[in-house]
Amino acid sequence: MCLRHVLAWIGMALALPAAAADYAALPGGQFASVIPADGKAARATIAPFRLRTEPVTNGEFLAFVKTHPRWRRDQVASVLADQRYLSHWAGPVELGKDVLPRQPVTRVSWFAAQAYCASEGARLPSWYEWEYAAAADATRRDARKDPAWREDLLAWYSRPSSAPLPVIGGRPNVYGVRDIVHPVWEWADDFNALLVASDSRDQNDPDVLKFCGAGAVSLQEKENYAVLMRVAMLSALKAADTTNNVGFRCAKP
Amino acid sequence: MKRLLLILALMLATAPAIAQNKPLPTDSIYHLDVQFTDQAGHTQPLAARRGRPQLVTMLYTSCQMVCPLIIDSLRQTWKTLDAGDRSRIDLLAVSFDPERDTVAALRAYAAKRQLVAPPWTLARTKAGDVRQLSGVLGLQYRQLPDGEFNHSSELILLDAEGRIVARTTRMGRADPGMVAAIRQTLAGKQR
Repeated sequence: MCLRHVLAWIGMALALPAAAADYAALPGGQFASVIPADGKAARATIAPFRLRTEPVTNGEFLAFVKTHPRWRRDQVASVLADQRYLSHWAGPVELGKDVLPRQPVTRVSWFAAQAYCASEGARLPSWYEWEYAAAADATRRDARKDPAWREDLLAWYSRPSSAPLPVIGGRPNVYGVRDIVHPVWEWADDFNALLVASDSRDQNDPDVLKFCGAGAVSLQEKENYAVLMRVAMLSALKAADTTNNVGFRCAKP
Repeated sequence: MKRLLLILALMLATAPAIAQNKPLPTDSIYHLDVQFTDQAGHTQPLAARRGRPQLVTMLYTSCQMVCPLIIDSLRQTWKTLDAGDRSRIDLLAVSFDPERDTVAALRAYAAKRQLVAPPWTLARTKAGDVRQLSGVLGLQYRQLPDGEFNHSSELILLDAEGRIVARTTRMGRADPGMVAAIRQTLAGKQR
């Protein structure tokens, strides 16, 4: 009986990822997002949550597709991930010599990212959670007014998208979260909630009926355009889309 | 002879099930592993809708603005079809708001708006599944602090295999393009 228990435990331990991912606790609270909570000016309320300290890597995602074959690139349904899904890997379960295990994984769809996080007992962070975590620097929770923080965010745009991604391991911010602004952009759970469709802006436009309730969202913190560009990019994506530079990390309550 | 008839009857009865065993097309939304509960309280996988074309939308029943119009649009689109076609398509409206749209709320809304099954299914899913479903249907939504939702309003036509074959944002009256797409989809199935 005892032996069976031990064996069961070993089996469970083997089924878990090789090294459990680290999560940092973030306190949450009121947060002035670029996207007002009510579509006008209200601050967002963020409950305390935990965030993965690092983005998910190629190595981790490879282990995931090996245990969840429906997410292999040769088996995934096209409705859940587009043609370019994991196309930088050498094979369906092989990274190849040009793809490093410690690089953040990219070319993953929102559905695939969701499924990975679920396998870790987690979920994708909301946009507010991501924006809140990314607002910190090494010493401050909200460094957004500091030109150095903005320059750091903008520096991302000057990196050619064809250049190989660096491996992760950047300097942690005040929460212990790393690599959130560089080197990849990240999926948000509510990526399709940001509602900045240009055709929803004009109240006299018949297309305003596309959106129920208050209609268009009025963006805030307009000087913070490095963040707004990320909103625009996420809003333009569909859940099955994959791109060269969008990866993800996971969150937990 | 009796046994032979019985076997024949059994074969006929299982024929549709066999047809469903063929693999789903890769672009079918029925690859999504979500469940929904209808206004009668029955819970099914989304993929249980396979086999018949569906006209699908998402809304929430406490919405006062565009959502009644979405229901009207579904109803008018369906009424534009001739009687034969009407019996071969289902209308499915899934809630953005599982918290308030309980089975009882869906049932009350169906009664108030005279949405009888068939063809009407009003449905709710688990909170996490709403985002998945909206993602696969290409719909956007956002909950506001006051409990209302901003959301895109669209009717989406799925063929019998769950592939999106048409969509329209035209609300308040039947979109002729959508009606034509439904007829074409139903005709395709007859072949």
